[in-house]
Amino acid sequence: MATIRIPTPLRAYTEGESNIEVGGDTVGEALANLVGKHPELRMHLFQDDELRSFVNIFIGDEDIRFMQGLETEISADDNLRIIPSIAGGRQRK
Amino acid sequence: MPSLHQRFADLSNDEVKRYSRHVIMPEVGMEGQRRLKASSVLLIGTGGLGSPLALYLAAAGVGRIGLVDYDVVDFTNLQRQVIHGVSTVGASKLDSAETRMLDLNPDISVEKYDEPLTSENALRIFADDWDVVIDGTDNFPTRYLVNDACVKLGIPNVYGSIFRFEGQLSVFYAEAGPCYRCMFPEPPPPGLVPSCAEGGVLGILPGTIGTMQATEAIKLLLGIGDPMIGRMMLYDALEMSFQTIKLRKDPNCPVCGIAPEDIELIDYEQFCGMPAHDHSEFSSVDESADLDIRTVTVQDVKTALDNGDDVVVIDVRDPHEWDISVIDGTLRIPKPDIQLAKNGIQGGRRLWEETVLKDIPKDKTLYLHCRSGVRSADSIAFLSEVGYDLDKMYNVEGGILAWADEIDPAMPKY
Repeated sequence: MATIRIPTPLRAYTEGESNIEVGGDTVGEALANLVGKHPELRMHLFQDDELRSFVNIFIGDEDIRFMQGLETEISADDNLRIIPSIAGGRQRK
Repeated sequence: MPSLHQRFADLSNDEVKRYSRHVIMPEVGMEGQRRLKASSVLLIGTGGLGSPLALYLAAAGVGRIGLVDYDVVDFTNLQRQVIHGVSTVGASKLDSAETRMLDLNPDISVEKYDEPLTSENALRIFADDWDVVIDGTDNFPTRYLVNDACVKLGIPNVYGSIFRFEGQLSVFYAEAGPCYRCMFPEPPPPGLVPSCAEGGVLGILPGTIGTMQATEAIKLLLGIGDPMIGRMMLYDALEMSFQTIKLRKDPNCPVCGIAPEDIELIDYEQFCGMPAHDHSEFSSVDESADLDIRTVTVQDVKTALDNGDDVVVIDVRDPHEWDISVIDGTLRIPKPDIQLAKNGIQGGRRLWEETVLKDIPKDKTLYLHCRSGVRSADSIAFLSEVGYDLDKMYNVEGGILAWADEIDPAMPKY
């Protein structure tokens, strides 16, 4: 099973888990399995069935946008990463 | 990559001595040190990232360093903003930073821009002959502004960003690689993670990332090594892991994909849907802006609790904030949970009784509070969207900070 690394901001929706193993032959299937396990992640990653434009998914060091997107095939030893857009530790009001 | 410029300044004997650990390395040498003295770097922000940047670039002998900031030193800055100190709390960050930099190295010059960076002033400030711009800001609107202005003027942008225990580092130089927008075409909307996730940052993290930004700036100026152009370094302090990913130029990028003269700076607060700084008029605009929300004072809250009035007081801060301070007798439900419940109900995925909202009675008067009053106002807006009566909900003005000021002076503030 491939591993998906969850960035800190999203761990609130994975019960704190940082590396999650998921089945699936493509990036899209792996992400579907991920949000199946952790339904609250869905709205943060997807809008309808499309990945949100600010969500960056990498396999190893490659951006899936420059591969075949959600159709990109993956193997069991692949490491997927969700790269968050972060700006700083600004205090909340 | 070759150096960004071919200017050289003479060094005094004292300067040769000061920089001897540089000069004896062939990669720097006398020529490199003279080049650094003739170099100029503009730092956006003198906060967490800006502190190590300003200190190390001053110490390294970058001859001209510009600082853009509008803020004053606050006591809560000192957990990470190591260029400032107790003696400068309340003083301008620019003056505080300048004093420390010139104490460290009186042979450099510091130029101060005492203003928030905006679309109106960015091109004027950036055009003051800066070789490198370094982004040390803490918010999305300013990051997009810095990127777009740098692309337009052809200046490399040394990017560093931090959040809690994670950091990112890259060099966005559109003339040689991708820009920030190739990677992040648009920001996450307010209300969606990561933008609304818990704030906070490990105090050491900006030191780690800021010193790496300073390293990249020095490499660009000297023309040595492999700059982080087309790459992003991801750092996780908890794992102590570093990973580098490849970034590619997007030929359809709305900024670096068009001619520089056609790039127009936009209203970045509008673009991001959030304020860029504390003095922004945009600060008043949020999810609750269109609603006429009633308010109560912390004194009203105390009276209601003391009298046992039929009122539910709800604390919508995050659980880790409850460990710092709480008002006794409150119901505690974090704003993100209220927001998720609202989204679930509106999307038809959840019934009201299946969410955290089941604990919030619809028929009672509700007083909502957070730290200072913004998140609680948003929460009232969310609740009003899923059937709660706006006339029965009250926002506690000033939040728990006001409670600490007016009701319980022994309560810690944060």
